[in-house]
Amino acid sequence: MAEALLKVEALSKHFGALRVSDRVDLTLAPATIHAVIGPNGAGKTTLIHQICGTLRPDSGRILLAGEDITRLPPHRRARRGLARSFQITSLLTEMTVLENAMLAVLGVHGSAFAFVRPLAQSGTLRAPALEALDRVGLADRAARLAGSLSHGEKRQLELALALAATPRVMLLDEPLAGAGPEEAARLIGLLATLRDHCAIILVEHDVDAVFRLADAVTVLAQGRVIAHGAPDAVRADPAARAAYLGED
Amino acid sequence: MNRALPWAIFAALALVPLLSALGVIPGGYLPLLLGRVMVFALAAMSLDFILGIGGLVSFGHAAPLAIGAYAVAILDANNVQDALVVIPVAVLAAGLFALATGAVALRTRGVNFIMITLAFAQMVYFAAGSLADYGGDDGYTLYSRTTLAGWKVFDGRAFYLTALITLFLAWLFLRMLAASRFGRTLAGIRQNRPRMAAMGFNAYAVELAALVIAAMIAAIAGVLLANEAEFVSPAYAGWARSGDLMVMVILGGVGSLHGAILGALLVVLAQEALGGLTSHWPLVFGPALVLAVLFLRHGIAGIGARRG
Ligand SMILES: Nc1ncnc2c1ncn2[C@@H]1O[C@H](COP(=O)(O)OP(=O)(O)O)[C@@H](O)[C@H]1O
Ligand SMILES: [Mg+2]
Repeated sequence: MAEALLKVEALSKHFGALRVSDRVDLTLAPATIHAVIGPNGAGKTTLIHQICGTLRPDSGRILLAGEDITRLPPHRRARRGLARSFQITSLLTEMTVLENAMLAVLGVHGSAFAFVRPLAQSGTLRAPALEALDRVGLADRAARLAGSLSHGEKRQLELALALAATPRVMLLDEPLAGAGPEEAARLIGLLATLRDHCAIILVEHDVDAVFRLADAVTVLAQGRVIAHGAPDAVRADPAARAAYLGED
Repeated sequence: MNRALPWAIFAALALVPLLSALGVIPGGYLPLLLGRVMVFALAAMSLDFILGIGGLVSFGHAAPLAIGAYAVAILDANNVQDALVVIPVAVLAAGLFALATGAVALRTRGVNFIMITLAFAQMVYFAAGSLADYGGDDGYTLYSRTTLAGWKVFDGRAFYLTALITLFLAWLFLRMLAASRFGRTLAGIRQNRPRMAAMGFNAYAVELAALVIAAMIAAIAGVLLANEAEFVSPAYAGWARSGDLMVMVILGGVGSLHGAILGALLVVLAQEALGGLTSHWPLVFGPALVLAVLFLRHGIAGIGARRG
């Protein structure tokens, strides 16, 4: 196996008496989709928060391409190639869809400290922003206010904002949540094509989708990794079945 | 419609001295009053940039205003009146003040940010009061107004024009900033800070830069204010003054920039009208403010604007 792009080592975090991450290990290989599944409250979102820097772990390490990023603030991790989508849609609702995407390009590939030319007139930001919107199927919504999009479109924009940064690693927290069956199928097709451009950690509830897409699966329960490996192996794992798969 | 409003405001302000020179409208009092309005409008507009666009509710914006005014006084006492010295000193001093205090204040959010900016402004208030060489609590009366390379651009009728040109340039500048990568990033941080951080923006650095820029513009307003009144006092940094500036911004329409001019006009006029009747004019003004916030979501500047 190639060198790990992202490596989580013995990550631990507790809220009071509740252990939300209990010595979690996770290795993300390049050009793979690595699914993280587990019942509600297993600590999936909290794990994403720690990887992208919005929550600080109590102990353990996070390495991005071999570099220790455990102590870096979120924006510096983003600039090193870590992009994320939020489980609960988080957009710039008073801005247009295009402006959302242009800022996503600017944040990672440019500088906010430019004071003269209007953002709206920047061709160098517009082209990659439109490309990202096009890939998720939102190009015809570019001029709309992000806040006025339908729920499904907002989920697509979430994904476009991660794509626009052309990241090395994407952390997607339930990108299919709330999407209709058609939209979900579209997004799954899209995720499959993204794999070649960047590695993805995919937190997802839709188990069928996960087993169709993922190259590797980690099962979390009560903050602990109870099974991990290739999808078929995890599917057959008794611990995983008991904790999660069997319930469905 | 609303795009024309700021230009109409500036056109009207430019016409006032012309019409009063022609005797169409009374000279003397009105230009004097409007000169004062424009000075406060300049300070309020700079506050609107951080408050309206950046969402940074500073309750201490009178501090850079006072620092600008005291730069005039302190240099005047040392017989330096040239704007080419006074303005850079004022701007630099206020900028450094904003850099130091902003670096601390931006570690807090919400009500704490409001309180800490207020506290820093009170520090300026007490520091000004302790400047025994410059009048202490009683304030300081200027020997002579600031000049520009010998030209008396801060005196008499010229003052009006200087204030108008300064306000107009500041508006153009802030409008440019608001549309720039910097301004849109600042607006994005106001709307959704975690999202902007996740997209790679250093929200803290952007907000700190915005505070410094706004303070520098407020310092220029302070230079004008000291000249307009030929007097400076610690009250320039007082919380009531900071509150006035916030009221101007809110009445005028948060985030519009030009609304600050209308807000300043209203507040200064109200102070003139009500100040004679009662020294408790905020009691009258408070309810008016609440009504404005309730019914004019975008302030006076938003009345003609389309909804949604
Ligand atoms: N800020 C917090 N403070 C206290 N408990 C929290 C906090 N955030 C999450 N939790 C708890 O941590 C557990 C894991 O949450 P989460 O990571 O969101 O689960 P998942 O995404 O797997 O459904 C849950 O029991 C949740 O209630
Ligand atoms: Mg979750």
